[in-house]
Amino acid sequence: MRFTRRAAVAAVGVAALLTATACGSSDDSSGGGSGSSKVEVFTWWADGGEKAGLDGLVKQFGTDCAGQTFENGAVAGGAGANAKSVLASRLQQSDPPDTFQAHAGAELQDYINAGQIEDLSADYDSWGLKQAFPQGLIDNLTVEGKIYSVPANIHRANVVWTNKKVLASAGITKDPTDLAGFIADLDKVKAKGIAAPLAIGKDWTQLMLFESVLITDLGPDKFTGLWTGATDWNDPLVTKAINDFKTLLTYTNSDRDALDWTDAEKLVMDGKAAYQLMGDWEAADLDAKKFTDYAWFTFPGNGDTFQWLADSFVLPKGAKNPEGTKCWLKTVGSDAGQKAFNTTKGSIPARTDAKPADYPKYQQAAIADWKSFKQVPSCAHGSACSQGWQGAANSALGKFSTNSDVAELQKAMATAASEFVKK
Amino acid sequence: MRKLRHWGPGLLLLSPSLILLAVFVYGLIAWTTKVSVSDEHNALGSKGFAGLENYTKLFTNDINDRFTHSLKNLLVFTVVFLVGAMFFGLLWAFILERGVKAEGFFRTVYLFPMAVSFVASGVVWRWLMNPNKGDSAGGLNSVLGGLGLDFLQNTWWTNPDWGMAAMAIPAIWQLSGYVMALFLAGFRGIPQELREAAAMDGASTYRLYRNVIFPQLTPVALSALIILGHMSMKMFDLIMSVSGPQWLTEVPAIYVWQTLLTSDYAKAAAISIILLLLVAVVIVPYLIYTNRQEKNA
Amino acid sequence: MTTTSVEAPPPPSVETLTPVRKPKRGGGPGAIVKYALALVFLIIVLMPLYVLIVTSFKAGSDIGVASQWSLPETWTLASWEKAWNALQPAFFRTFQLAVPVAIISSLIGAANGFVLSRWRFPGADVVFTLILFGMFIPYQAVMIPLREIVTTLGIPPGITTLVLVHCIYGIPICTLIFRNYYATTVPEELIEAARVDGAGLLRTFGRIILPISIPGFVVTIIWQFTSAWNDYLFAIFLSNTRNGPITIALNALAGAQSPDYAASMAGALITSLPTLVVYVLLGRWFIGGLMAGSVKS
Repeated sequence: MRFTRRAAVAAVGVAALLTATACGSSDDSSGGGSGSSKVEVFTWWADGGEKAGLDGLVKQFGTDCAGQTFENGAVAGGAGANAKSVLASRLQQSDPPDTFQAHAGAELQDYINAGQIEDLSADYDSWGLKQAFPQGLIDNLTVEGKIYSVPANIHRANVVWTNKKVLASAGITKDPTDLAGFIADLDKVKAKGIAAPLAIGKDWTQLMLFESVLITDLGPDKFTGLWTGATDWNDPLVTKAINDFKTLLTYTNSDRDALDWTDAEKLVMDGKAAYQLMGDWEAADLDAKKFTDYAWFTFPGNGDTFQWLADSFVLPKGAKNPEGTKCWLKTVGSDAGQKAFNTTKGSIPARTDAKPADYPKYQQAAIADWKSFKQVPSCAHGSACSQGWQGAANSALGKFSTNSDVAELQKAMATAASEFVKK
Repeated sequence: MRKLRHWGPGLLLLSPSLILLAVFVYGLIAWTTKVSVSDEHNALGSKGFAGLENYTKLFTNDINDRFTHSLKNLLVFTVVFLVGAMFFGLLWAFILERGVKAEGFFRTVYLFPMAVSFVASGVVWRWLMNPNKGDSAGGLNSVLGGLGLDFLQNTWWTNPDWGMAAMAIPAIWQLSGYVMALFLAGFRGIPQELREAAAMDGASTYRLYRNVIFPQLTPVALSALIILGHMSMKMFDLIMSVSGPQWLTEVPAIYVWQTLLTSDYAKAAAISIILLLLVAVVIVPYLIYTNRQEKNA
Repeated sequence: MTTTSVEAPPPPSVETLTPVRKPKRGGGPGAIVKYALALVFLIIVLMPLYVLIVTSFKAGSDIGVASQWSLPETWTLASWEKAWNALQPAFFRTFQLAVPVAIISSLIGAANGFVLSRWRFPGADVVFTLILFGMFIPYQAVMIPLREIVTTLGIPPGITTLVLVHCIYGIPICTLIFRNYYATTVPEELIEAARVDGAGLLRTFGRIILPISIPGFVVTIIWQFTSAWNDYLFAIFLSNTRNGPITIALNALAGAQSPDYAASMAGALITSLPTLVVYVLLGRWFIGGLMAGSVKS
């Protein structure tokens, strides 16, 4: 009986306490501002240079769209992997943000197919964007005559970032131009006692490296063909590329599957590695982290190939504040908006009328390259392949990281292609 | 008629729950089954009938045998998790049952991980199971290094063969206390007379436990196994927060999630139903068995 | 589940948990081993908690693999502040989720448990087994249609939806706990006497049963509060970072690139605090109640 009474007191006490807490905080939390002037912008730009770029854009949005307030819906992690899973949930829950970030190209196609985003063609005309963006990009954005997104930038994926001090101590003075040269340099760094000179992270970062090797071994045209069905994944050149990729993996850190790209970046910053292949958002991130001893070169053997991806913004069906969102999209596409965004984000403007002089050193080079280089898309970043294909590729690379079975990877990629390539 | 008036109100009181469960458990399972035999492979949602194709494809034609790999991962995880949690749970309960001062304190500490969500404990376990060894070792590896047990340092969940065994460590940490609580209640439920009778017969402590006490604990052990086992099959949040979704540590529950992200509903449903069947194979006989036991009693 | 069998453990209460025998005093090699083991396990169990706490108070350069196990050089609350700012809305939302879930499903469970143990109807055992199965299903097997229903009906994602879902899927476990509780603590004769007096179902339940149900409520409330608080799977399917519970928010905080370890760990502690408080305060009743509630035969 003693027990019962004490239990009663405790239970009632706890219940009362909890109810009080719950009621005390019963401000609206599940609703969200319907019909409001808030624009919820969903991105995966939560840290470093990416965050800085977003902040710049937000500032411009404040000037251009008086009366509208920006609401940050950023979800961090994994170059968008986390965000995309949250986004997929929200779209499936019919609770879309007012606008979200999507890679132009095949990835955008998924949302279009699912009927989740609105046609923006008319706005393109009224905002004069068709003239502002290069024709090639417009072609990539156009699906059956309609355009569904406004690109904020162009990124480049096939860049190797280096720690200058480490390279100097290994006596490396020239950038390698082919794979053999790169491997020779990796050996030199290794001889200096750095066991894993090439820093890398988990699946999708490995896919990026693999794609760069594919570009080197197949050349840009055949590489692009891999994603359109024009090139057979069973091609012996692919076998060669997988073998080269396998060799490169032997120079990487063994804990790769536990690391995100920023962890790998830290290895380079700390001098525990000399190289990392990563998109050029790394430039802004290194700047934001006040690391200055870095340099870059195009992945050896890629020559004049610019592997691009573009972050673009869309208007989802069912957005709560379409007017505000359109104003956001207009800002994103405007000259001032692109400048505010790209000068800090590390990317280059999608508009052709941007002035290179406004940009930091790396981007000046990239702007020039974008104009003259051969452009190829990226699967790891959704411009080449759909999300389903990307998932299959990441999984296959994840397996390769554990067993280095060349034939198996090739077979897996070939099967994935036959499953996902548009017939 | 009098009988109906006798038990009718009870059934009436129960009926809302029954209807809810009929719809939300059995109805939705039927619905999922229907999706699993359709060809709804994208958000456009064509609803044709595909028969068992989605199932056979998982076993015979999945890229890299991804599904069977996830099953293998699940098997390793489950075995290590069950053995580990049962072992430590029983051991702790045994220590406490032998009589320890401040027993309540020990009990609370052993049990506390159960209050923590996998998402929260994943944050720290991801850090503890840092795969670096030697000089750059961190987490558990640096403890092992510090203790001079360098040979025990390992790559934890990033090991391609036994990574899932390492993944079970946080789960063992979390649920051993629960098993302990079950066993402790079991120990304490054994009538004192039984112990005394055995002592009178001059049984040694070993004999007492071997022949008298442990046999009494079999039902407790069985229910602990069932509870841990079905938790293990559903394991999702722990792996999501320690390694994230990736090949190395993929289990069916995560595969479902990954597949849903690409809107392949039919495939996701097929995996879910297989997962359900796996659980049912264990649970249904158990439920029937206990039901029958009860009738006999 | 046998609650009526002769050998079934006596009704759980704190009394059965206190050791029957006084711990043996004095030394002896056995006692040393016993205490040594108990202490070693204590340290192992507390290890992750230590890392969580220590790291959460560290600043910048102090956080790293090398200094993982050492105390902070300077103690700072900065990370706690950052984590709190990130988690605060979700923290309060989770109360709005877990409190109603705990109360509502306990009430449903009490009513069902009473009917199934002491106001039985023909076939009650089969019905009970069917209810119980709902406790073991992998929720993936219902998730796809569940989300479809919720979206089709236009129910907004977030706390309200989660409350409904947790209440429904909490019915089996709460029913089980109360059924076993009543079967062991409420004598048939009591009900018979009430019936003879002409008391109906509701009156018997309200006047006689509810007042002696507190220990059962303690268990179901703790159980449901904890599982709603710690749930990640339903949350990830039926809510999002904007309107979801704290596990979602913590995952977003800790899953960030260049994750801020100190803030993640502070966040993990904040996330765990309410359930830890519940366990530490009510843990002793919980262990007793577990036995009543666990599936046992």
